[in-house]
Amino acid sequence: MQASAVSLATKPAEIAPAASALPADPSAPSVAVVPMNAPAAPNVRAATRRRVTLERVQGLLLGIGFPVVLVVLWHQLVVMTGTRLIPTPGQVGMMMYDFAFGGIHNDAFSGTIVTHLLASMERVYGGFALAVLLGVPLGLLIGKVKAIRQLLDPTLSLLRPIPVTAWLPLSMIFFGLGPRSAIFLVFLGAFYPILLNTIFGVRSVDTKLFEAAAMLGCDGSRMFRQVVLPAATPSIFNGLRLAHGFAWILIVVGEMTGVPTGLGSVIMDGRTLSRTDLVITGMIVIGVAGFLTDRIIVAVNDRVLRWSPQHHG
Amino acid sequence: MDNATARRPFLAIRDVNKVFQMGADQVEALHHVNLVINKGEFVCLIGASGCGKSTLLRIVAGFEQPTSGEVAIYDHAVTGPGSDRGMVFQDYALFPWLTVRQNIAFGPRQKGLAAAEVRQTADQYMNMVGLEAFADRFPSQLSGGMKQRVAIARVLANEANILLMDEPFGALDALTREQLQDELLQIWARTGVTVIFVTHSVEEATLLADRVVVMTAGPGRVQADIPVTLERPRDVSSPAFNEIRRGLTQRLTSHVKRPLKTAA
Repeated sequence: MQASAVSLATKPAEIAPAASALPADPSAPSVAVVPMNAPAAPNVRAATRRRVTLERVQGLLLGIGFPVVLVVLWHQLVVMTGTRLIPTPGQVGMMMYDFAFGGIHNDAFSGTIVTHLLASMERVYGGFALAVLLGVPLGLLIGKVKAIRQLLDPTLSLLRPIPVTAWLPLSMIFFGLGPRSAIFLVFLGAFYPILLNTIFGVRSVDTKLFEAAAMLGCDGSRMFRQVVLPAATPSIFNGLRLAHGFAWILIVVGEMTGVPTGLGSVIMDGRTLSRTDLVITGMIVIGVAGFLTDRIIVAVNDRVLRWSPQHHG
Repeated sequence: MDNATARRPFLAIRDVNKVFQMGADQVEALHHVNLVINKGEFVCLIGASGCGKSTLLRIVAGFEQPTSGEVAIYDHAVTGPGSDRGMVFQDYALFPWLTVRQNIAFGPRQKGLAAAEVRQTADQYMNMVGLEAFADRFPSQLSGGMKQRVAIARVLANEANILLMDEPFGALDALTREQLQDELLQIWARTGVTVIFVTHSVEEATLLADRVVVMTAGPGRVQADIPVTLERPRDVSSPAFNEIRRGLTQRLTSHVKRPLKTAA
């Protein structure tokens, strides 16, 4: 009560000096000439900050409010229909707690979240890293060297439409019933978005930039390092982000190959045991893990690409 | 001595033809173009779109090869882009991932100079175009006029002694254009560079040039080569200025104008 009274009282005082400055000097021009780089007046800055804060609060409320509404709706529908096939959010919450800390169901899944999460992450990032290590250099080569493009493009275009799931039987023959099979499938899924976006990035560099660099004395490998690579970076990052999403999507398929650990295998087990609360728990953990790691990629992306007009935060 | 220099013009465009292959058709963009440009001269190429003025500039830059004929600097044929000729593009063509300072430093950096020297050169030209307060901004954070200042500083920092400008101020608003024209003339006077400036504005050509080369389309050829001897700074509202401008406009439009057929 007192705090709000104080803050209200200080506001007019803040504005007053700025407002009274104009009439005090009659010779001053009626329109203030503000140099281009002059900082905005304090009251303008405060108002701007207030608006930004308001927008942020509104964004948060909307962003969090919608899933909350969905969860409430889910609960109501389960209760109304009386279905026993789908658990309520509360039951899933309990399962989630048990999965993380144990002490409720005390079964094979209690307190095992870290084991499964780490196992899945190892495969997701193993496959993703392989895809980056192979996709980016290959994309740069295919984009830049015509002979390599002619050599590889038809084959890659032919292999690309094959769904990753179709590779499952072959991958199990190649790599056996283990994590290596999962890594291979994640790699396959992550490889093409990285490759295609890298090729696109290299191929779509503005020719004017090559001309500008050439007249400034840049050529050969320097042209590649100083022009092609930075110009292709936004596109490469696009590919990385897409591929990262695919990698998490494919982990469930990858862990269908009969590995004992991993979030995908938890979901498969839940299905076999008709434990829908376990299935949904696995889904939520994948969703959250994928979301959080995507934020990391976005943060790196915004840092590296702060020059790009699309990335001004 | 005099004979020797007379036989070796600074920049000579000799009988340049350019034919573009467009699918099955061949389009003649330039037809027997001859032009000699002296050191330190400010030459404007003017003409309607399609007259080949930009193509001619790109051939001088070395971005395009003539189908026949040659461009020579002190009798050395131009075979490709070189740091003696710096192009200022209409759409700037700055490196978007480099800051203002880094863009200007791009040329000096290619020469393998020490970092301190590169920075010193870049700063010198950045100050010349008045962008020191924006040193660490990226091109996407600059206005069009500022971007074009960076582009000019970038080629000057590279020690280009021929400035090739392809409608450099065409995309700017009138006020910024005037300001940049003024700055360009100051830089030209101070550095003694040779400028070949492509424009379609008669007024701009009259204001800037020592010589205006009028080109006509279909195929592109030199129609007239007119010296502008007005004192600098030029007064765009003076009768002498207007007379030259009117003369240029007539030359530009004379072959285009047809008597209008009156409806019966």
